[in-house]
Amino acid sequence: MSEPTLKMAEHWQKTRNLTIAVLVIWAIFAFVVHWFAKGLNVSSFLGFPLGYYFAVQGSLVIFVLLIFGQNLMQDKIDADAGISES
Amino acid sequence: MAENSRQDFIKSLPRIYGLYTGGFIVFIFLMAILEQLGVGAATIGILFVAFTVVIYAVIGWLSRTMQVDAYYVAGREVPPVFNGMATAADWMSGASFVALAGGIYFGGHGYLAFVVGWTGGYVLVNSLLAPYLRKFGCYTVPDFIGTRYGGNLARFIATVILVVASFTYVTAQINASGTIASRALLIPFEYGVWFGLLGILLCSMLGGMRAVTWTQVAQYIVLIIAYLVPVIWMSNVQGFGIIPHFSYGDAVSRIAELEASLGVGAAAGGDAPFGGVRVLTTLHNDPGTGMASWKFVTLALCMMAGTASLPHILMRYFTTPSVRAARKSVSWSLLFIFLLYFTAPALATLTKLQVLDPNLATGIIGKSIDEVMALDWIQNWEQVKFLAINDFNGDGLLQINEFFMRPDIVVLATPEIAGLPYVISGLVAAGGMAAAMSTADGLLLAIANALSHDLYYKIVDPKADTRTRLIVARILLIVIGALAAVVASFRLTGILGAVAWAFDFAASGLFFPLVLGVWWKRANRQGAIAGMILGFAAGSAYLYMVRFVGMDPWLGIDHLRFAIIGMPVSLIAMVVVSLATEAPDEETQKMVDAVRDPSGRTILGQEH
Repeated sequence: MSEPTLKMAEHWQKTRNLTIAVLVIWAIFAFVVHWFAKGLNVSSFLGFPLGYYFAVQGSLVIFVLLIFGQNLMQDKIDADAGISES
Repeated sequence: MAENSRQDFIKSLPRIYGLYTGGFIVFIFLMAILEQLGVGAATIGILFVAFTVVIYAVIGWLSRTMQVDAYYVAGREVPPVFNGMATAADWMSGASFVALAGGIYFGGHGYLAFVVGWTGGYVLVNSLLAPYLRKFGCYTVPDFIGTRYGGNLARFIATVILVVASFTYVTAQINASGTIASRALLIPFEYGVWFGLLGILLCSMLGGMRAVTWTQVAQYIVLIIAYLVPVIWMSNVQGFGIIPHFSYGDAVSRIAELEASLGVGAAAGGDAPFGGVRVLTTLHNDPGTGMASWKFVTLALCMMAGTASLPHILMRYFTTPSVRAARKSVSWSLLFIFLLYFTAPALATLTKLQVLDPNLATGIIGKSIDEVMALDWIQNWEQVKFLAINDFNGDGLLQINEFFMRPDIVVLATPEIAGLPYVISGLVAAGGMAAAMSTADGLLLAIANALSHDLYYKIVDPKADTRTRLIVARILLIVIGALAAVVASFRLTGILGAVAWAFDFAASGLFFPLVLGVWWKRANRQGAIAGMILGFAAGSAYLYMVRFVGMDPWLGIDHLRFAIIGMPVSLIAMVVVSLATEAPDEETQKMVDAVRDPSGRTILGQEH
């Protein structure tokens, strides 16, 4: 087990900030947009009412991109701290 | 030598599964040719289900093992993309495959909370848990709880919650595999359940997690082909576009017009002639505000937190070669799951339009009863009591509130409604079987592994040798499978009720103890025990009151969302009790630091 050095503390700080950012975006597309679905339905996107679009595709696409994006950034954080795996 | 041949095996995986996929497509064409030669629909259904189940069993047999780490975590050698496919099959149950589109058809916007919840949960898995649990190096979820918090009591309670949540879920899956087997093989449901179980055990018993992994990859390929092909084919035959997913917005608006002119929302014209069938009363896209919004987000939250606490999913990420591979495989999992979940609403919408729209050749509402009763698909499904027609007002025309059907029909009958060949119906049956079997496999293994590793080996007999441990694990697998099959054959709950409950149980009891174990160093044993017991008890008590005693739900929190009660209780109990008792010792704090560092050795040894 490695000692919690300064570098590790910084690594964890960055990891935590990234996680918080990801969870904020997640909460918007998991909850907020669906709470206001009726209002959003006035607008349309690709021919769909917007509120409906988020529930059937939009939120899902964002979740997929969010995870791929988070992992790319986490790889960079790990590499900067010199603890990335092979 | 053995090491080399494993390396070669991993390298040749894309070729093996490429050949397998090609072989399956050739099989589909072969069946299509048989159909042209006049072979009956029943025979084609039998061939589809029997052929695929035999393939899974062969993979299960080839993956047999007597090594502990191969049995529990597939030797930690599963590449991310393949683990993604295996997780997707593990995840998408018979209910997702058969019932999801039907649920959207009947439930409208409110039901889409399941679609959002069952995908968004992976964001929680990826950010809060999977990489850290992989670094920990545990075999099972209670293994993490037991080591992080220390002590057999915490391990034992986690095992109990795991068993309750997973068992609730697995009975629904065995029920689904029994239903499909009985319909495809033309045998009674009671035998179908045991046939399904036999297939499931053949996949998992000899090779544990290793065998389940490689059969689940094979099952994912079958189920995703079986879901996408009918929808895309139907869309092309009926002129809804080459890839319907991007172009069904017009269908949504057209349905809204039809709902107004046909009077969707009126109650049924009279009583249903038998149980299980219903008329369409909910508008397709009518989100509502206030209470409706609250119900949407609470259901989504319960399903997401449940996703991040269900052990059969978390344990899939213990099988990757590294922490980074665990994270990568979460992203692939969600991508593969997404393929089905963003297709289901398209299927529900287009099938509804085909049934409702009088301008389409397939439309039945507003046509004369005699004309509708003469249709093949109406006759086929009426015989097996999946739909019913009753001219309550005696005008000789079919109104929307005179047409009853079961939600399952949306996936199962779509090929017939759209006039596709029988071979597609056989393919759908094989897909449903793959979905139900793969989920049941993962769940049974999660239960049996927790009991054999955490209860038997870690608590009852820590001196047991490898051979004994693996034999105990297999006996437990058979016993639990048999118990689940017995319970399933009673048909106690509808498929969906039981599935949602499993998520709520897991979220109530395990979500915060797992998450805080990584994210809050101050969390200690007493806190975790209080959080697990009180959260699980509060959720279960609320479920009992609402569902069986007849208490009015508070704030619309019904039996599908009881984790909304269990989770806050769990969180508060865990925080308060942790702070009121001593901080965890230095060694535990160091362990948490090590979990947060993706490099280096796992906390638990390779074989423990």
